[in-house]
Amino acid sequence: MAAIVGASRRARTGAALATLVSLFAAPAVLAGDDAKREMRGLDEQVQEVKSEVLSIATELDRLEERLLYPSNTQVAVFVSLASREPFRLDSVQIQIDGEPVARHVYSFKELEALQKGGVQRIYTGNVATGEHQIEVSFAGVTASGADFSGSQSFGFSKGAPPKLLEVSLGGASGEASIQLGGG
Amino acid sequence: MPTVLATRAALAAAALLYAGAARAGDSHDLYFGEALYHAYQEHWFEALERLDSEVAQHFRVDEPGLDSLAPFIATAEFDVGDFELRYRMHQRAGRAITAVLEADVPDPVRNDAAFRLARLDFQKGQPQDALDALARIHGEVPEAIRDDVEFLRANAQLALGRPEQAVALLEQLRGSETLGPFSAYNLGIALLQEERTEDALRQLDRAGQVEALDEPARAIRDKSNLVLGTLLFEASHFGPAQQSLDRVRLDGPFSNQALLRAGWADAAAQNFARAVVPWSLLAKRDATDAAVQEALLALPYAYSHLDVHGRAALLYGDAVATLGTQLQRVDASIASVRKGAFLEALVREEIRQDEEWVIRLRSLPDAPETFYLATLMASHDFQTALQNYLDLEDMRRRLGRWLASLDAFEDAIRLRRAHYAPLLPEIDAEFRRLDARMRLRLEQRERLRERLNDLLTTPRPEHLATTDEQELGAWIESAEERLGEASDPQNETLRRRVARLRGLLSFALETNYQERLTQAHAHLAALEGDVARLQARHEAFVRTRQAATHSYVGYDETIAGLRSRASAALERLSSLMTRQGEVLERVAIAELESRRERIATSLSQARFAFADSYDRAAKAQAH
Repeated sequence: MAAIVGASRRARTGAALATLVSLFAAPAVLAGDDAKREMRGLDEQVQEVKSEVLSIATELDRLEERLLYPSNTQVAVFVSLASREPFRLDSVQIQIDGEPVARHVYSFKELEALQKGGVQRIYTGNVATGEHQIEVSFAGVTASGADFSGSQSFGFSKGAPPKLLEVSLGGASGEASIQLGGG
Repeated sequence: MPTVLATRAALAAAALLYAGAARAGDSHDLYFGEALYHAYQEHWFEALERLDSEVAQHFRVDEPGLDSLAPFIATAEFDVGDFELRYRMHQRAGRAITAVLEADVPDPVRNDAAFRLARLDFQKGQPQDALDALARIHGEVPEAIRDDVEFLRANAQLALGRPEQAVALLEQLRGSETLGPFSAYNLGIALLQEERTEDALRQLDRAGQVEALDEPARAIRDKSNLVLGTLLFEASHFGPAQQSLDRVRLDGPFSNQALLRAGWADAAAQNFARAVVPWSLLAKRDATDAAVQEALLALPYAYSHLDVHGRAALLYGDAVATLGTQLQRVDASIASVRKGAFLEALVREEIRQDEEWVIRLRSLPDAPETFYLATLMASHDFQTALQNYLDLEDMRRRLGRWLASLDAFEDAIRLRRAHYAPLLPEIDAEFRRLDARMRLRLEQRERLRERLNDLLTTPRPEHLATTDEQELGAWIESAEERLGEASDPQNETLRRRVARLRGLLSFALETNYQERLTQAHAHLAALEGDVARLQARHEAFVRTRQAATHSYVGYDETIAGLRSRASAALERLSSLMTRQGEVLERVAIAELESRRERIATSLSQARFAFADSYDRAAKAQAH
């Protein structure tokens, strides 16, 4: 403690900078070049592994799609918000040809991601070529705190290419609105 | 400073990502939107996986210009680099950003890329490369990053030991709305480096009183006051040092350091009664903090100078007890880390739900090894190493799941083969028969169409004769042949009658020709409809038939390749994880041992001072 007081007698810029360094630098054990070098060397190898694992993931996705959802039967349903509307989406339920295929209850982070413009893939499955029905139901809370819900059916036609359906939800004014894109 | 830069960098990157979202939302490129959905939740692996695939797909299609991603491909490629950066893949991120930089893109996009590349270089500790990247900026700069560009340029100059250039740049940022408190602080540091001490002190004084609208700004203002207070203290200006340190918030991240130094400023001015105030406050705080531990000794030291030896002895006694407990905790922490508990605590899922996980890790009740690692965890290299360890663990789990999925895929393929293989030869044979019949009919339809088209230019009424008329025509021809050229009267009568019949037939064919032609075209049109339906059924069958084959044929090589790659990655990853874990443990233990040494020294001082104070108190009582 006395040493600190003693050190205070040396009022020079160099000393001041040295104090700053001791105040805000990383812990002494990490200041060692060896540890830093080793961590950075490992970091580069971790990046290489990430690259390889991502490449495996992409190829696995393609394999899964070919095997489980071939294009002539594939249908995928995406959910987005119509605009950056200040309403809280609680849950969405999807039925195709009367069969419930997806139901999702939204966490805060998921809702925030939708509000920022993200699009959620809620369902990927298979249907035969031809005409089908999709029923979308959702529940939420308006900015004023009132509960509201909505449900609507749409027809869509499945052809040879994969069918991508975008369900766009709105409800800022307390009135549920559902629109289907790609139908 | 690295903290400030990291915060600013994160803010700038976030702003760019959100701008990208708006554009993607308008584009209705669903897969791009899906990638952003993951990115907004900071699921960088999923975001990268999705967007990588989408961008690769875009370049694989025959006409990329017609792809829904086409209008936004530059943004998407940019975001790939951004996501890679967030997923700490700096090497790939650098390559992705450089690619955008070298492409034919508008000025704002290129300048944004140059800024990101510069930021990446700076984070990697390459300030000259950062300046080189910034030198590529010209033309229109997006307003959102305009100040950040100059701030980064100043910091790079500072890192290269050119404070005079940094000072000039930072002075221009005085009025910056977003960077004001940060540039004010960095300007003070730059002036110090330039050895303009008086200017530096004045600048830090200004930085310590700027308006701060959010927590990062308030924290940097606290830091300015702490640094200023420390400098003034070092220069023996205890009064002004005290004023500066008093401005540090009591609930901010620099509060403990400020309280400690405020006490020392008072003590150095021989004002021990005042020193007792901040030290008393500090001594009640979390005893794992080094400043608090120092206050445990500083407080009785002040009392002893005030000749309150009894109180000093009691407080030294408390310090001995507290430091003794802390020493035991550090020992327990070291033992715990050596047993592997630190790494086990790291990979516990429940603690990693948000970005504050490192902070909460320190307060885990059953992970004593983390109590003393606060300073360590605040360092950039250690945090990167921690995150890498967690990323490796995450990838290890994924690869394990994928290998299990490959087994399931093979099982599904085996079942499909067992189902389809016996059925398909018979179905194919039947299909070939039907296909041959269909082709025959299609050829007939083609011939009919050609003949009808010919009739439009060369009318041939006999071609539209009914069956009865054709039979009648054939009979007339036969009768005419039989009657021959003989000229007897009976034959002549018959010839006239046959000629009348031919005339009647020709009349009927000629007069009905237009109507029959119209009808024939109507029938052909109806036939076209039937043929279209037949062809649609045929195509659907062919697709289904192909799908049946594709459901189990042609996967073996892909699956074997993926299994081999996943196994190799898993092996490499496990080895890396072990090495990464060892480094983390070694560094953690070294930090803990360093803390242990300091606590042991303090404990020894406390014991000595306790005895000394006890003696003085006893003597005072005796008098």
